[in-house]
Amino acid sequence: MKRRVPLILTAVVGITFVVQFFIPHKPFSGLQNLLTDWVQIIFAFAIWLGALNLMKLSGESLYRRKKRWPYATITIACFVATAVVGLFFSGGSRFQDPGTPFDWIYQNMYNPLSATMFAMLAFYVASASYRAFRARNREATLLLAAGVLVMLGRVPIGDRLTGFLPEGYRLADLADWIMNVPNKAGQRAIMIGIALGIVSTSLRLMLGIERSHLGGRE
Amino acid sequence: MTGRAPKHGRPGAAAVGTTVAGAAVAVAERMLRIDRRWLFAFVTVAVSLPLFFNLQQHVAVTPEARGVRDAVAQLPPGAHVLLACDYDPGSAAELQPMTVTFLKQALSQRLRVIVMGLWPQGPPQADLALEEALRDPAVAALAPRYGIDYINLGFQSGNEVVIQRLGSSIPAVFPRDYRGTPIAQFPIMAGVRDFSSIAYVFNVSAGYPGTVEWVQFAGDRFHAHVGSGTTAVSAPLYYTYYPAQLTGLLGGMKGAAEYEVAAGFTGKAMTYMFSQSLSHIVVVIFILLGNLAFLLTRSRRPQP
Amino acid sequence: MTVALGTTGPCQALSALRAPGNLRVIDAPDDAGGTLLLRWELSANDVAAGAPGDSSVTGYEIQRAQSPDGPFVKVGEVPPRTGEARDAQGLRDGVGYYYRVAAVRGESQAPSAVCGPAVPTGQWFHRGRVNTLVAVLVLTGLILYFIEHARRGRPVFIRKIAGLDAVDEAVGRATEMGRKVLFIPGSQDMDNVQTLAGIAILGRVARQTAQYGATLDVPVARSMVMVACRETVKEAYLATGHPESYRDDLVHYLTDDQFGYAAAIDGIMVRERPATIFMQGLFYAEALILAETGNSVGAIQIAGTAEPSQLPFFVAACDYTLIGEELFAAGAYLSREPQQLGSLKGQDLGKAVILVLLVIGVVIQTTGLFDFAALFVVQ
Repeated sequence: MKRRVPLILTAVVGITFVVQFFIPHKPFSGLQNLLTDWVQIIFAFAIWLGALNLMKLSGESLYRRKKRWPYATITIACFVATAVVGLFFSGGSRFQDPGTPFDWIYQNMYNPLSATMFAMLAFYVASASYRAFRARNREATLLLAAGVLVMLGRVPIGDRLTGFLPEGYRLADLADWIMNVPNKAGQRAIMIGIALGIVSTSLRLMLGIERSHLGGRE
Repeated sequence: MTGRAPKHGRPGAAAVGTTVAGAAVAVAERMLRIDRRWLFAFVTVAVSLPLFFNLQQHVAVTPEARGVRDAVAQLPPGAHVLLACDYDPGSAAELQPMTVTFLKQALSQRLRVIVMGLWPQGPPQADLALEEALRDPAVAALAPRYGIDYINLGFQSGNEVVIQRLGSSIPAVFPRDYRGTPIAQFPIMAGVRDFSSIAYVFNVSAGYPGTVEWVQFAGDRFHAHVGSGTTAVSAPLYYTYYPAQLTGLLGGMKGAAEYEVAAGFTGKAMTYMFSQSLSHIVVVIFILLGNLAFLLTRSRRPQP
Repeated sequence: MTVALGTTGPCQALSALRAPGNLRVIDAPDDAGGTLLLRWELSANDVAAGAPGDSSVTGYEIQRAQSPDGPFVKVGEVPPRTGEARDAQGLRDGVGYYYRVAAVRGESQAPSAVCGPAVPTGQWFHRGRVNTLVAVLVLTGLILYFIEHARRGRPVFIRKIAGLDAVDEAVGRATEMGRKVLFIPGSQDMDNVQTLAGIAILGRVARQTAQYGATLDVPVARSMVMVACRETVKEAYLATGHPESYRDDLVHYLTDDQFGYAAAIDGIMVRERPATIFMQGLFYAEALILAETGNSVGAIQIAGTAEPSQLPFFVAACDYTLIGEELFAAGAYLSREPQQLGSLKGQDLGKAVILVLLVIGVVIQTTGLFDFAALFVVQ
């Protein structure tokens, strides 16, 4: 029963959604909007599950002085501080308005931290490229050449290096060609394969053949 | 180092050659095992140094970037354009300059700009971009007013379903603006029904929901004209949509710089391009050195 | 002297305002009802700018009534040079409506003849999506056929996928080194098929860790994913006869935020130095951050995603990468269940059909015989 009900629900809802794509008549036309609203509500409530789990584990780490207890302390402190500031000191439902203390936390703490993590990609791209772009064999050499050409061609200095060549043969043009021809072809092929994979997986889910998310086969 | 007497009278030539080659291989092996923090240090210098000198360089405009400029330039004054800000502060370095330039071009042409977002952080980013755009002399001279020349409708959850709903009725999806005022009070929204009321959609996107969803729903289903600005890492994926489904595409910082040049509003993207150029050169140099080291050490490995 | 208005040229009298002609009103096709389409011929006073003639019309007003004699009320307006409009304001299915379209110039109007009754109705089938229906039926048919084919015991060949063959070896490595196995099921929620595909692999990995006695750690970014992963891991430990080794905390929630999640996992990697890292699911910009950090701690990394923009980073930074559809095939590959393998075969046949259509399409479009691509437009 524990697995049968979700499987039946999955099949019914899945097939309904496929069918509604072809039937504009009511009530099918409004189904997608309706179910999306329901999903949003369920996900919103589900956040509590995760938040409570996080607080429980962090609290345990702190209480038992596990190895990572300083980080657990920071987690709990920031969670509580942000929640309290947002709920009680930021003007109620308008807590996101500019100028509120909650907005100050968002602009001066969350934004810079988020941007910092994203900026780390610049360094990691350098180290990953250094390690990966080695001419070990023919394909790797092709990858190396394409990578170097596109990296140089996508910045203005690349134009400077090959400015003496006629238009259409400069680094920027070569980089554009690599992006527009082989890259586009490869991306399209991968996208077609992925789309087919999604259809096949979705069908297995709807038919109950794929049950790993429910704990696997009985 | 073979111990044999030199054959042609040049003392130790083979020995010296072997020593030099050995040293080269040793250096190559150290190069291959180099601590990644050296790369990080060089990239740091390459990215930050140009910021102190405010250097700029010539940026050639690609057809993809020109497509966005041209699509906006040919719109008549008073036409409504929809700016969808689907990104967060993490991607703002690349995407914010695009948003600012679009707003400058649109407002200076007296277009009516409707801002919205499928990401919660998008509308606040748009507010920051509007502040910057309104300070531009060409825009300030026209004194655009909120509710008449531009409006921020805020965020709506639902991802691509929101775009689908916009195709039926924009006022139904956004009955109030970002600050909670009913949109019926704003002259800019008079007569705005659905995508047929929107002359151009420009989506600035950092992922999902974003360019793909706007192309699939606004463009393919409701036949809106769509242009997109996206991060450099995602741009290769979206070339497949240009030019049939996207009138223009801006990829990353370079795309933002190209758009600034094409539209005639130089901004932060142009300033940051030198940093990007130098960092690319540093990475390329390290890649080439790494390959040189690899080839040197490979040639020295014993053959099976 | 008549005051000149519009763009008729200096000091010329305006011609009499002419009504638009040939108004037709039809039910909007392929919709849920409540919408009517109007089309008309432009007024003689609405020529294109620069063309000879009068272009003084400032727009068209759409007027509607429930009887041919009125009263007509305005329900919309469109700019000049527009010969069609859509009315979806408060129409009831099955009720007849009458329309006229008036050319507008300042305060003057010239209404067309009345057209109607037009009755909005909803359609039970979207004719613009026949091509999609055919594609769905063909693909579904192929998949179902080969599922049945495999269920009858016919062997199904599947090529080697190095990343999946390495799962056992990777878990064994972690056991020998006495360090944990870190499994990251993507940064998105259960509504994404890639997350489900990742959880299918988690089931297999959990069985291995239960059997070998290795420690499993599954940090997640979504509450619903946490619940599903706990079910999967618990069942895996039960199935291998090691229920005592299972704890709920093996699967734990970090944060919904993309970079907060990446930072937390980086912290786990740097502090606890897992021997094996699986990254299976949908990742965005955090992909390279996770992969590089994993590489820096010396872990063996097996990644898989169907997000094309992140595949290059995984390929560059990880030891094994499942590319695109290999991620979706993983469940079938690891379980070797005939039905699942059969679905892969059907999927491959579908790809073959697409290949053939691509070749045919390229030839037809290149020779210009007809617009083959138009057959694939989805409305």
